[in-house]
Amino acid sequence: MIRFDNVSKRYATGHEGLSNTSFAIEEGQMAFLTGHSGAGKSTLLRLIGCLERPTRGQVWVNDRNLNKLSNSQIPYHRRDVGMIFQDHRLLHDRTVFDNVALPLVVAGASPNEIKRRVNAALDKVGLLHKERSMPLTLSGGEQQRVGIARAVVSKPKVLLADEPTGNLDPELSKEIMELFMEFNRVGVTLLIATHDIALILSMSQRIIKLDKGRIVADGWARK
Amino acid sequence: MKSKTRNEKPNFISIWAMRHAQTAVTALGRLLLNPLSNGMTLAVIAIAIALPTTLYVMIDNVRGLSDEWQGASSISLFLKTDIDETQARAIAQRVAALDRVANTQLITKAQALEEFKERSGFGAALDLLKDNPLPNVIVITPNEASSTPMAAKQLLSQLKTLREVDSAQLDLEWVQRLEAITDLFIRGVLVLAALLGAGVLLIVGNTIRLEVQHRHSEIEIMKLVGATDRFIRRPFLYEGLWYGLLGGIAALIMSIIALWLLSGPVEQISGLYNSNFALDWLSGEAFLLVFFGSPLLGLGGALLALTRHLRMIQPV
Repeated sequence: MIRFDNVSKRYATGHEGLSNTSFAIEEGQMAFLTGHSGAGKSTLLRLIGCLERPTRGQVWVNDRNLNKLSNSQIPYHRRDVGMIFQDHRLLHDRTVFDNVALPLVVAGASPNEIKRRVNAALDKVGLLHKERSMPLTLSGGEQQRVGIARAVVSKPKVLLADEPTGNLDPELSKEIMELFMEFNRVGVTLLIATHDIALILSMSQRIIKLDKGRIVADGWARK
Repeated sequence: MKSKTRNEKPNFISIWAMRHAQTAVTALGRLLLNPLSNGMTLAVIAIAIALPTTLYVMIDNVRGLSDEWQGASSISLFLKTDIDETQARAIAQRVAALDRVANTQLITKAQALEEFKERSGFGAALDLLKDNPLPNVIVITPNEASSTPMAAKQLLSQLKTLREVDSAQLDLEWVQRLEAITDLFIRGVLVLAALLGAGVLLIVGNTIRLEVQHRHSEIEIMKLVGATDRFIRRPFLYEGLWYGLLGGIAALIMSIIALWLLSGPVEQISGLYNSNFALDWLSGEAFLLVFFGSPLLGLGGALLALTRHLRMIQPV
């Protein structure tokens, strides 16, 4: 589903975000991406979402070579990839419903379909009763769940999360992770960047460890 | 299966149309949400459009006036001083018989002197003159077909060849000069309109640029969830369109008020000149040009800003 072939990313500042990275994640697999901050986790996720282009090597997502994607094709690629951010990236002047509806509105869905799918997504994250609220009136955990609902509302095959539990206490973090497991159970491919080692060690999933832009470990955690 | 596809197509189009309408209304709402600052922007746009529009209408009126006067062209024939009154009368009759002449009027030496004494204020001084130095003058009105500048000039050169004529003058020249001046002013107004039009383009462009900056994070998020450039552009383009349209309408209202304020004095002046001239309002073409041209200017300004500034927002 996701494949990196000798991918390097060097920024204009000279900083090397990723060096010669290769790995693959099969369809329906779930993996954690870990490492210190600056190890290249965000760079890797940004390359999958085509927020950036690699300097060298090839990135494949959903059998699509992202190097061959023209700028005008990128939006359509992003509709197949749900992204979740540490800072949620919500629109604060719109309701929870409108925030979650954004990917569908952007894709030109009909109002009926939007209503149905947004309600389903909000129901899944347990926020159906908050659909008329403004994001800033919600707690951090609730805001993150709105972000997750937005990422899954258009039923993408791939879900990326960059430090989704970064600002949450362990209890809430666990809830969020369980939510991700649920999506994984219905066949969504997941890649979650986090430095919360304790949390991921408890989940017996694949872990890819990055250090200074290189993969230094790749395997399954044991309970 | 077939009926399904047939049902889906108009549905798709209606969703598309609905989205556009929604975007247009939202953009208008956003504009009206901040009446003070957006109102000022609109006022600037309106003034920039109203100024050349009003000037154009006024100059167009002057042009209409000179057209009207051209019809009343006349030729003055100054006869040689040795021609006496009876000979002059005979010449007047002969000229009147020409088929391009509507009628003639003879102003004799004596009449001319009398009139000159009355009008010039040199009455007493003129009494000192032994002889009357003024010539007999025949004033000729060309018939309608010959009252155009070209035809009148032909007639003039024909009359100049008469043996008894000392000099002949077409009273059309000052009308032509007026016409040349109005043409110059029209050209000036067009240049002004082009400059102010460019100004409107830049005003709208700058306003949209600020708006793009203001909604930077919103645009970023929309890009992250897969919005195409066209989708992101659309509300801004509608905003530019609204600025242009509302500015244009305000400009039309301003021009009409300005012309209404001027129409009173103009009627007073034309009354003094025994003319039934009244100010013409905005012509249909000028109205349509402003009404449809200003939204296009707004749209152009928005496009100008968007092509430059959307690209700067990463991710692409």
